[in-house]
Amino acid sequence: MIKFVNVSKRYPETGDVLRNVSFHLQRGEIAFLTGHSGAGKSTLLRLIAAMERCSRGQILLDGQDLSHAKENQLPFIRRKMGFIYQDYKLLQDRTVFDNVALPLVIAGFGHHEIVRRVRAALDKVSLTGKEKKYPLALSGGEQQRVGIARAVVNKPPMIIADEPTGNLDPQLSKEIMFLFGQFQQVGVTVLIASHDISLITQLNYRVLKLDHGQLVSS
Amino acid sequence: MKRNLKNRIRKDPPAKQVRQDIRQTKTAGGNFFDKLNAYRDLHAHALFSSLGRLVASPFTSIMTIAVLAIAISLASGFYILVENLQQLTGNLETSNRISLFLRDDVSDAHANKLAETIRQNANIQEVELITREQALAEFKTYSGFGAAINAVEKNPLPIVIQVLPKNTLEDKQGLETLLKSFQQSPEVDFAQMDLKWIERLQSIIEVARLFATLLNLMLGAAVLFVIGNIIRLELHTRRDEVVIAKLVGATNSFIQRPFLYTGFWIGFISGVSAWFVVTAMMLILRQSVEKLSGLYEGGFHLLFLSFTETLALIGISSALGVLGSWVVLMCQLQRTKPE
Repeated sequence: MIKFVNVSKRYPETGDVLRNVSFHLQRGEIAFLTGHSGAGKSTLLRLIAAMERCSRGQILLDGQDLSHAKENQLPFIRRKMGFIYQDYKLLQDRTVFDNVALPLVIAGFGHHEIVRRVRAALDKVSLTGKEKKYPLALSGGEQQRVGIARAVVNKPPMIIADEPTGNLDPQLSKEIMFLFGQFQQVGVTVLIASHDISLITQLNYRVLKLDHGQLVSS
Repeated sequence: MKRNLKNRIRKDPPAKQVRQDIRQTKTAGGNFFDKLNAYRDLHAHALFSSLGRLVASPFTSIMTIAVLAIAISLASGFYILVENLQQLTGNLETSNRISLFLRDDVSDAHANKLAETIRQNANIQEVELITREQALAEFKTYSGFGAAINAVEKNPLPIVIQVLPKNTLEDKQGLETLLKSFQQSPEVDFAQMDLKWIERLQSIIEVARLFATLLNLMLGAAVLFVIGNIIRLELHTRRDEVVIAKLVGATNSFIQRPFLYTGFWIGFISGVSAWFVVTAMMLILRQSVEKLSGLYEGGFHLLFLSFTETLALIGISSALGVLGSWVVLMCQLQRTKPE
């Protein structure tokens, strides 16, 4: 599903942030991305999100070469991924429904289809009945689930989560992880960046560990 | 060379797949009419939500639109001023007459005889004699200096013979010769072609028109910059929204749309306001201008902005709004990325 081939990323200010990173996540695989802060986790995620281009190497998403894709193709590539963030990145002035519907609106879905899919996604994360609430009226765990619903509403083949449990208590973290497990079972590739060691050791998933920009275990 | 070819061959299949995949993503989401409706809804939403945003912060919007309306009304004010001046020379164009101002010592009878002689000339269409008394009466009525002229003992005005040559507009050379021959006759103190000062007036108006055009270009640029800056600020305050939309796969045109509509609304409303400002100014001026025109026996009537000109005014302001926003979005959107 996603393949890194000798990927390096260099910033003029800080030098090499990633060095010769290679790994391959199969379709339907679930993995943790871990490492100390500054190890290059965020950079790696930005490369996958096509917000940055790598300096060397090749990143293949579903066979498409991200490093050589044209600027106007990037939005369509991003639609194949659902992103989940530690700070949820919800629009505070829109309702839960509108937040979740955003990827569908962007993709140009018709109104009925949007309503149907948003309901299904909210149902999946157990938020039925909260459509008309604003994010600030929800708890942290609920906001994170809104973020997850938004990430999966478009049924992307891949989900990328950046510290999804960073602001949640262990019980909620577990629930979120359970959700990810469910997505994996229906064939979605999931990559979770996290440094929550207890969570990682509890779950027997594959672990990609970065250290000073190099992949030390995968 | 060989290597390049090899590379290309190796890269080709994925490139094809990219295109195919994109097509798949693009065609997702229901049938054609559903998509068409969705697209229309998107535009309608952007159109009204951008207007809603302007209404939601009335103070800022009014300040901005007031500045732009003043700039645009200045520009269209200059335009209409030149148009009116142009109309002035348009009225005068028919009077390509030559005025002969006779010497003081020429008597009325002599002047009459002279007028008769001129009338015999084959090149002359019409001759009109204005005696000292007639000139005085006219001057008293129209100049507004009646009282002053009464204070002068002797009538200071000369006898004037107005000559209207035939087909003179086409034949400038002949006109010049005619003028010279009048100048040389002993009774004539001074001969002047009306056309001369019409030409002067026309070139003055030409200068005014050029000046107004340059000024309008500058005002247009000012409008462009003001709107661009507003959109830049708007983009800054809605940065999160832009970043999130980008992350979930929004194309640049999707992100730009509401901002372009904001630019359009600002331009449009400013244009309409400017029309009201200009029309109000013209209404205030009208009475005085009509009175002045009456004093000069002129068929001069103040020209207002016509329907087409009004459409052009509003169209240009709206277009400037969209253009200003577009330029800023082009420069700024690339740089708006998540941290």
